[in-house]
Formats: sequence, structure tokens, C-alpha cells
Amino acid sequence: MNVETAPALSDPDLNESGLDDLGLGRDDYRILFLTMRLQREFEERIYRLFRQGRLVGAAYAGAGHEAIAAGSAHALGDADVLVPMHRVIGAHFLRGHTARDMMCQYLGRANGPSAGKDGNMHCGNWDHHIVGMISHLGANIPVTAGVALASKIRGDGAVSLTYIGEGGSSIGDFHEGLNFAAVHRLPMVLIVENNKFAYSTPTRYEYACEHIVDRAQGYGIAGSLVDGTDVRAMYKATRTAVELAREGGGPTLIEARCTRLLGHAQHDDAFYVPKDIIEDGWNNDPVTKTENLLLERQYFTREELDGIKEEVKGIVDDAVDYAEQSPLPEPEEALDGVYAD
Amino acid sequence: MPPVTYLEAISAGLREEMERDESVFCLGEDIGVYGGAFKITKGFLDDFGENRVIDAPVAESVIIGAAMGAAIMGMRPVAEMQFADFITCGFNQLVNNAAKAHYRWGAAVPLVVRCPSGAIGNAGPFHSQNPEAWFCKVPGLKVVAPATTYDAKGLLKSSIRDNNPVLYFEHKGLYRFPRIREEIPEDDYTVPIGEAAIRREGIDATIVTYGKMVFHSLDAAETLAGEGIETEVIDLRSLLPYDKQAILESVRKTNRLLIVHEDTLTGGFGGEIAAVVAEEAFEHLDAPVRRLAAIDTPVPFSPPLEHYFLPNTEKVTAALRDLLAY
Repeated sequence: MNVETAPALSDPDLNESGLDDLGLGRDDYRILFLTMRLQREFEERIYRLFRQGRLVGAAYAGAGHEAIAAGSAHALGDADVLVPMHRVIGAHFLRGHTARDMMCQYLGRANGPSAGKDGNMHCGNWDHHIVGMISHLGANIPVTAGVALASKIRGDGAVSLTYIGEGGSSIGDFHEGLNFAAVHRLPMVLIVENNKFAYSTPTRYEYACEHIVDRAQGYGIAGSLVDGTDVRAMYKATRTAVELAREGGGPTLIEARCTRLLGHAQHDDAFYVPKDIIEDGWNNDPVTKTENLLLERQYFTREELDGIKEEVKGIVDDAVDYAEQSPLPEPEEALDGVYAD
Repeated sequence: MPPVTYLEAISAGLREEMERDESVFCLGEDIGVYGGAFKITKGFLDDFGENRVIDAPVAESVIIGAAMGAAIMGMRPVAEMQFADFITCGFNQLVNNAAKAHYRWGAAVPLVVRCPSGAIGNAGPFHSQNPEAWFCKVPGLKVVAPATTYDAKGLLKSSIRDNNPVLYFEHKGLYRFPRIREEIPEDDYTVPIGEAAIRREGIDATIVTYGKMVFHSLDAAETLAGEGIETEVIDLRSLLPYDKQAILESVRKTNRLLIVHEDTLTGGFGGEIAAVVAEEAFEHLDAPVRRLAAIDTPVPFSPPLEHYFLPNTEKVTAALRDLLAY
């Protein structure tokens, strides 16, 4: 199976409507680039705060996954539902969680999305149609199928998008959820972020087929293999899958290949990953690649792109200040919210 | 309205809720054309269609997980475990995902998992268990276990209307139990979650129990009544939350407590009740709290083994005599 990349434009110019071959214009690319930069900048800051002892709990990053997060979530409509995982914080940002929200969440603040009840990116928000992840990988694939089932029963036209790593693709919920979605032709998209390592475990100890997306055939559903460092390819593949789902064509399994540029989390220096994989990964860094693409195509000038980067830095600075000045929860608030009224 | 069985009451309760509220739907194995292994949903497919009576693959984790997803979206799914024993395959979805969603990010999960439980005669280790205690220590879940036909319907309706994940344990041995056939109101009614019922009043000892053991306890109480002993029998009906006040009030009156359940002894729900009574009513006790439960083995298959394993009226009677003799 070939890795799907967005077709190179013979004519990279935007058409008279200001849109390119994927129907994306400057506004779209600004959002995509800003989101990718924000994920990178936000998570670099999280790591720094961790080292400085200012963070509460563990620090995770999706460095290398930014194109997957931004490209896929940008393909959703407002009524669609996002069920994110831990390396796609950019998808949270695209759906409406702000950097302030997520920084308060990371710092265990009372005004974070989970009010200090859970940390890092373990939060959902129904206002933004985001379902909160749990640490048990794969557990939200059946949940996503259920969200899609509700859409099918009600005929509301919404599509649900979730993610899993290649490591998490080994768990039974991957099979149960995807098979159920296939049987009932549910409007659901599952993206496998294949970053080559499940914590320290290489892919050869996770699966024996050539590509995880090969399983799509076994489930009787659509599948595509995508370069997960190419934001245009991610957008295109997800949009195709979302459209298929919305038309009643059932779920799609997308395997997005990328490289985890850092360790599993801040405490892990990834000594077990061969150096050339990390080097190749940084040489193919999705954030830099997108920046270069936008320059080459002359969608943005150097100054404009530098301006976006400065804007992002300001957003993150503000988020840190805001979160550190925000109140921690009162101890007895631990009692609140176990049950819904 | 003629008398109905416990099973018919569950079925009627489910049907009425589906008629009342379009967001209620059923999901489970063989619940469609077959009507469920125990026929709770018999005829439902014809009456409500395949969008609301959904045959699931043999996959309990996705049955519960998908029910959770639909519940987050505002639906009110009623998931059926073919046997309560199989709920272990969906354990994580219940205890980590559904139970914690509201606490973690405010998402209500109005989900019911129906669990046909209990031993009904030589069904062996995997079709006879009472796994309720595993879930009673999980904040965020609710657990109910009706013993009567009236409660079966009323508690199911309350469970469906509750905005939290509720495990509904229906004892298979009560499904067609002739003794509890009864006329139930045709009007809509509910039984509140968290309230016990006093099935027999007494002053000499208290039995706290639930599910099918309510009837063995009542029979034991009746036997001793012939000897002038008046035993109070409390049917918990709900285990999480449970009616602590009803237990404490009864113990303060009778000063002796026997706890009976069909689940195995160690780590069973009876331990929690015994602990609470020891903490909050110790001065009122005239004898150590006593527990009678199944022995700490898997549920054995062969008749003499299963008989030895299970509590029954004779064992409850003997335990009660021991308690009174202290």
C-alpha cells in the first residue's frame, strides 16, 4: 500500500476564490500553522515548567504529531465530535479549548476544564464536543462508536473522530470498537498515530502485519495510509473519511505515520530509539515542513509567519501567567461531582 | 391487570420507558429477533425497530463502551449482559470510563447495565455468579438488586431515569418465581434508588439481605416466629448507595445483626455493612455481627457441590439461631 500524500500542485497558486487544490485558503493555513506551532510551543513550555518544578504531575508531548492533530481536527464540522488522545493537544485547541484552559488543566487549577479532578490533556468539554480520554489506551474507541451510534439513531449527521497509537491498536477495545462501528456502519473515523514506538516497544512487538491499516480490509471498511507529517495529506484523508461517514458509508481506519520526536513523556529520554530515527524525524519535522510549504507556495511571507510564531509565544506566555495566578481547588471540592444530579 | 412475574415486570418497565422516552434504547447480545436469552426483550424488535433494539456482536466492552458514548450524547441506553458473569469483559468501561466521566469532566452518563445474576441450578462457575460487590466500591456507579416484582419494575424505571451509570442486578432465580407473582400498578411508578424496604418487622434480631436471599431470610424468620422469635428482615434493594439509616435503626432496635448474601463471603458486600454497624452501632450490639454468604470458592457445578456452596433457608435459620444463642 502506498503512503497517501496530498498531490503536488502543478500550479500552487490559489484560485480566484483564494483556495487551493484541497479547497483550503490562507485562513485555513493560518489556523493550521498556528495550531501546530501552538501545540509545539505549549508542550515545550510544559516540559520546561516540569523541569522547573512548576508543573503538577507528568508532562507529555506530541512533538512529531502536530500535523495529525491539526490536519485531522480541521476536517471536522462544529457538530462533529472529537475524542482525542494524548499526542493531539492541537486538536483540543482547534475545537475550542484555549491555551489558558489547557494550562489550568495541566496545573490542576480550579478553573481548568476538569476543575483539578484530572490532569494534563485528560479532559473533555461538551460545549466543544470533546470527549475526555482516559489513560487506558483504546477504551475510547468503543465510546466513540457509541457517540456515532447516537448520531446514527438520531440522524443528526454528526461524525466522530478518535485516535489511537500503534501500541494501543493491540488492545481488544480496538477490535471491539472498530468491528462494532463496521457492522453498524457508524459515522466514525479512527486515526492510528503510528509513531514507531509504544513507550519503548518497537512496532515489531506490537503487530505482525505490514501495516495496521491492512486490518481495514478485514473489518470491511475503508482504510488509508497517510504521511502523518504532511498536514495537507492529513486534512485530505480525514475529510474524505468524514464525508464517507456522513454519507452513510461507515467508518474509516487511517494509519498516519510519523515519528515521536521526544520520549514517551518528560521523564523518558528515549535512549532505546535508534539515533537515525530521531534524526530523520527532526529532518522531517511537521511544523517546519508546514512553515516551509507556506513560504514556498508564497501563501505567507517570512514576516507573516514570524508574526504567527510571535503570536503563539504570546498566547503561551499569557496561558502560563493566567494559570499560575488561577486558584487551586479547595480541598473539600474533591467531594464534588462524583454523581450527576 | 393479572399478576405478573418478576421477568414480566422487568420487560414491562423497559417497554414503558421506551414508549415514554425516545432516547431510551436497548443494546446487547441476542436481544433482537431472539428477544434476549431470558426473553426480557421479546417482541421489542418488532415494536421498536432495529434502531432501538440493537443486536451487538459478542463483545461486552463495546456494548458498555458504546452505551457510554451514546449516553454522553444524551441517549439513555439499556445494555444487557447476557449473564452478569460476562460483565468482567466490560469491567474497564464501567469502572474507569463511565464511572469517572462526570467527576473528571462533567459528562453525565445515563446508562443502565442489566445483569442477570445468581445461581439457578447447576449452571456452573460462569453462569451463576453474583458480581455486585466488585462494583460497590466504585464511586460514580450505582448498584441496585430488586427482590420483588414491584421493585423490579420500579427500580428499573428509576435506573433508566437516573443520570448516572446504574448496574441493575436481576436475579435469574426470581424471574419466574411463583411466590412473587403479583399485581402491580398499571400507573407509572418508580422505586427510589437508595431506600431499603422492611419486609418483616421484628424486635429480636435483624437480617439485612437483598436479591433472592430475601426469601430464604423471610422463611427462616417465619420458622423462628413459631418459637416466639421476631426477626426483622431488611431488603436493601440498592447497594450503592445503600440505606445506612434503615440498617442502623433496625440494629438499634433488635441489637443483633445477621447479614445474608448469595455472593461469596470474603470481600462481599456484607463486610461493608458489618463495618458500618461496628463503627456506628457498636454499643447497641448484644452479639457479634454475623455474616452468611456463599463459601469462598467458584460456583461449583454438580448438585451436591452447588447445594453446599449456596446459602439457603436451613443455613439462614441455623445462623439466626447461633446469633440468638450468643
